[in-house]
Amino acid sequence: MSIPDDLQYTRSHEWVRMEDDTATIGITDHAQDELGDVVFVELPDVGTTFDAGDSFGTVESVKAVSDLYTPVGGEVVEVNSALENAPEQINDDPYGEGWIVKLRTSEGDDLLSPEEYEQVVEEES
Amino acid sequence: MAKEELKHTPLYEEHKDLGARLVDFAGYEMPVQYEGIQAEHKAVRNHAGLFDVSHMGEAVFRGPDAEAAVQRLVTRDVGRLDVGQAGYSAVCYEDGGTVDDVIVYRREDDFLVVVNASNREKDLEHFRENTEDLDVEIADESDDWALLALQGPKAAGLLRDLTETDLSNLKPFRFAEGEVDGAKSIISRTGYTGEDGFELYLSGSDAPRVWRRLIEAGATPAGLGARDTLRLEAGMCLYGNELDAQTTPLEAGIGFAVHLDKEERFIGQRALLLEDTEGLRKKLVGFEMEGRGIARHGYHVTSGAEIVGEVTSGTKSPTLERAIGLALVDPGVDDWFEILIRDNPVPAKAVPLPFYKRDRG
Repeated sequence: MSIPDDLQYTRSHEWVRMEDDTATIGITDHAQDELGDVVFVELPDVGTTFDAGDSFGTVESVKAVSDLYTPVGGEVVEVNSALENAPEQINDDPYGEGWIVKLRTSEGDDLLSPEEYEQVVEEES
Repeated sequence: MAKEELKHTPLYEEHKDLGARLVDFAGYEMPVQYEGIQAEHKAVRNHAGLFDVSHMGEAVFRGPDAEAAVQRLVTRDVGRLDVGQAGYSAVCYEDGGTVDDVIVYRREDDFLVVVNASNREKDLEHFRENTEDLDVEIADESDDWALLALQGPKAAGLLRDLTETDLSNLKPFRFAEGEVDGAKSIISRTGYTGEDGFELYLSGSDAPRVWRRLIEAGATPAGLGARDTLRLEAGMCLYGNELDAQTTPLEAGIGFAVHLDKEERFIGQRALLLEDTEGLRKKLVGFEMEGRGIARHGYHVTSGAEIVGEVTSGTKSPTLERAIGLALVDPGVDDWFEILIRDNPVPAKAVPLPFYKRDRG
């Protein structure tokens, strides 16, 4: 189970990469493994604004639908539209090609460290 | 809520050794997938997959009135089954609603009725309550049997090496009592995937060995996830989705398993005859999504602003690579409608069933 050191995390299994005022968000290796084969991703429109805790889209596996939650509020500045045709990138490379959205944000204080996230995963299993 | 103790099939240790993801299904801890649903699905379509379906229930009807009892309980005319032949059937309430869908095996001296795991207790009660006046013993042998489903175009080739039973003479929905790898077994040419294949009824003590032998021979272990996508592509009903107490077998599109003209009266016959004459209250349709999105069980079907039905099953078809589904809709609905996905009406169109039909060469 990979939990990169340079990212921050949420209890709902998203990862966040903070760079200046931009938060790149995806789902963790653990989350993609739990979901199984991802076959569909619903992305928000660029320009949409979300509050922290809002659902900004869904990922669907063969069997299940999972909501995606943004841990930070902000405006969508970019979406990974490659996922519309290749949703399996979320399984293959959850922290790279499988990124989902970028938000412009001024938040990001309540995120979990890699160590804290590891504990969340352990507690669940 | 206290977690109830989950039951295990005789293959439980095999699943754990294979690293299966286990889930609660009908009170059993069952494998939903091993390597991945899509890979397992494709293995069944292209090669051979092996499922543990030992959770299914087995009721055996014995005694002088065994046939009369089965005739009363199921919608198919089992008098037309030969010894060694099986038939898919519904079990109905008086009002035509469905108790379960089952496979009836006609054996030399008795009838074996295979029921859904989730309906086992309800079914047994229904069977016994409605046959009290008959001289029949209905035994719940569910815990005595392990059940393996070997499915796919290579199934017959794999099984041939492990049995002396002549499989070439075993046509679909026929079964034989024989041996598989030296283990006593009912070998039944049936399944729930739309492929050629076999279901093997074995003792719990023999089943793990036969399971391992079939995997060594090249069968891919496949879980309940793939079983569901395979049956959906094949247009087959799942009790609890397409069929339930509020849905008749005619509405669910399994009229082929209902012999309305059967001479022996069966429970639900009057209601079904009436519905057949007066017209269906709802009907099962297959559909493909035209817009982006995957329909799921419980989503509304709409036509304009009106709700005209409900999705009973939906997924992205691994074979067709399209989002497909089944829905129970008002009988007058035309071939173009919408599926309400997260409050968003997404276009869909009705298509003939099944979605997938194997090439019989």
